Amino acid sequence: MQNWMNAYSWVNIRFLLQGLEITILISVVSVLLSFIIGSVLGIIRYSKIRYVSKIVGVIIDVIRNLPLLLIIFFVYFGLPAFGFKPDTIPAAILAMTVFESMMIAEIIRSGIMAVDIGQMEASRSMGMTYIQAMWHVVLPQAYKKMIPAMVSQFISLIKDTSLATIIVVPELMQHGQVVYGQNPNYIIPVFVMMALMYFVVCYALSLLSKYIDHKMA
Amino acid sequence: MINLLTHNWSSFITGFGWTVLSSVLALFFSLIIGSLVAILEVLPNKFFRIIGKIYVEIFRNIPLLVITMFFYLVIPLYVVKINGFTAGTIGLTIYTSAFIAETVRAGINSVDIGQMEAARSQGMTFWQAMRYIVLPQAFKLVIPPLGNQFVNLVKNSSVLAFVAGFDLMYQGNAIASQTFDTVNTYLIVGLFYLIITLPISYYMQYLERKLA
Amino acid sequence: MMKRLKYLTLIFTSLLLALVLSGCGSKPLSDQNVLTNAKESKTITWGVKADTRLIGLIDVKDGKEKGFEIDLAKAITKKMLGKDGKAKFVTVTSQSRIPLLKNGNIDAIIATMTITPERQKTIDFSDSYFDAGQSILVKENSPIKKVEDLNDKTIIGVVGSNSVENVKKFAPKARVLQLPDYAQALTALKSGQGDALTTDNVILAGMAVNNPGYVLRGKAFTTEPYGIGVNKGQKDFREAINKALSEVEKDGTYNKLIMKWFGNVPGFNYKEVLRHD
Repeated sequence: MQNWMNAYSWVNIRFLLQGLEITILISVVSVLLSFIIGSVLGIIRYSKIRYVSKIVGVIIDVIRNLPLLLIIFFVYFGLPAFGFKPDTIPAAILAMTVFESMMIAEIIRSGIMAVDIGQMEASRSMGMTYIQAMWHVVLPQAYKKMIPAMVSQFISLIKDTSLATIIVVPELMQHGQVVYGQNPNYIIPVFVMMALMYFVVCYALSLLSKYIDHKMA
Repeated sequence: MINLLTHNWSSFITGFGWTVLSSVLALFFSLIIGSLVAILEVLPNKFFRIIGKIYVEIFRNIPLLVITMFFYLVIPLYVVKINGFTAGTIGLTIYTSAFIAETVRAGINSVDIGQMEAARSQGMTFWQAMRYIVLPQAFKLVIPPLGNQFVNLVKNSSVLAFVAGFDLMYQGNAIASQTFDTVNTYLIVGLFYLIITLPISYYMQYLERKLA
Repeated sequence: MMKRLKYLTLIFTSLLLALVLSGCGSKPLSDQNVLTNAKESKTITWGVKADTRLIGLIDVKDGKEKGFEIDLAKAITKKMLGKDGKAKFVTVTSQSRIPLLKNGNIDAIIATMTITPERQKTIDFSDSYFDAGQSILVKENSPIKKVEDLNDKTIIGVVGSNSVENVKKFAPKARVLQLPDYAQALTALKSGQGDALTTDNVILAGMAVNNPGYVLRGKAFTTEPYGIGVNKGQKDFREAINKALSEVEKDGTYNKLIMKWFGNVPGFNYKEVLRHD
């Protein structure tokens, strides 16, 4: 019991919370960026623009099928060879964004495909351009359909930030390791606290998603 | 690049082997556990439903790395000695089973409820109806999403590198830090992952289209 | 289906081709002068350890790195750039330190890195700033008395360190597990994932201080002169570091730091590493 009390001293808890803060920062920034990039890529892939869609498709498929850990290594160790040297937190955000954009692109594409194709044709026959029809008619419906998939992708992203500990990003997992590295007796309390922090954030999000889904249905 | 591959061929292949083995084992066990949990979640008994729900929500909302490290560092300290490969594979199994449970449950729910009732009225027990009528149809529906889970599983197996599980990523790290040729090593590692994941992912897209 | 198969083959061949091509063109190292940049910005960016007690460890209270190497890097920076010179720290692991240096994320590595011929092919080193020796850490009641006892045993090391290679020379039949960093390695030792943890005595001494029940065993079986790693082609920078280092040693700062960090560590005789006394 004494171990638990000591492990949960304010200094340690504060350090873990600082880690959680970075975890959330990385997740939120990455999800916003990848929502934008993913939407663009998803629409391009769907739109069957000659060559462009094919190439974008290949890029999406290749990156989507690689482990995120590998992409983190590439960004942190590989990109500087091309003159770009990110610090750990920007590197983590970049790696997450690259990976998540591809995942979201696929979600967007299948969301668009799930919208009745007749709607696109109807809008076009009313004189809308392809882009207008996409923007005003198809996308709003597609996004509505994708909310659950999008939120669960966001939850994955939050959990996946823990992998960034390998390049010593000061996020929750890394800070947890520092705390139990100090004292062997802290290991279980720290694991419980880390798991709890991740759980609260992720579970709250999934509840929110269910609520939104319920309201819109 | 080619030199790097040939000089370290045995390491890469060993890593590839462990990655495949871990993924296949984890898939096998998480299919079993995931299906059982899914059935728990659709049982008439509320108590079992809650248990199933708790299992799914806990393991879906905690990072795989936390689960894996727990099995690698904590379990041996207090319960039983397990090595990195086993700890990693157990972590993968538990994590993936929560997702498979959700997938299978959705599959079961999408089978017309009338079929279950019809089977019951023919004198089948709940379990017989589940086993012979509902599950076979549910599994057919969920094959593409399960395939995608397997792709995720293979990618996620890279956490074995954190616990010295001898997998592709672990070997890649060792080779990169011996040869100092980081970028090329990870490119090769990436190629090995794609050899497994790309074909499955394309095959699943094909199946999805065929079933749709 | 056939079409998809063709598509897949196409992807793989083009990927392979791209990889081979990218592998052929070797990347040019940054040809900027690190010393000039450092003087202009009044800053040197050091790659340091964050998981090694006494050497470089993150303090939970303020999130800052603390340890011998941190203090030494600060002292060297002041000598090189003057009183207002700033030492910036980037946390590295044994695995990440050389890639980060080569990439230019950091100007220099001061992170328990032994000067070895293999590493000298890739980077340059300053003069040695510390003489460590490799040793093993085991549980107090362990039957392992010396490194040779490790045959058929499992030994834990860290990815990117040379300790693992060294052990194989003394105990060729030892099974080796490489973990991402020392914090993990130590926790894994305690969890019984291996029979011993091997690295340099000074790192192990720091672990033993904080983990009663674990002891250093046997004499150091290698000598591990630590050097500051810098990129190749940065002769000015390396010479400036060497000059600063020898000044720090001569004016007594070095010995003060040794006393501060290692003056009271059981199993480690700080007098052996003092310089110019």
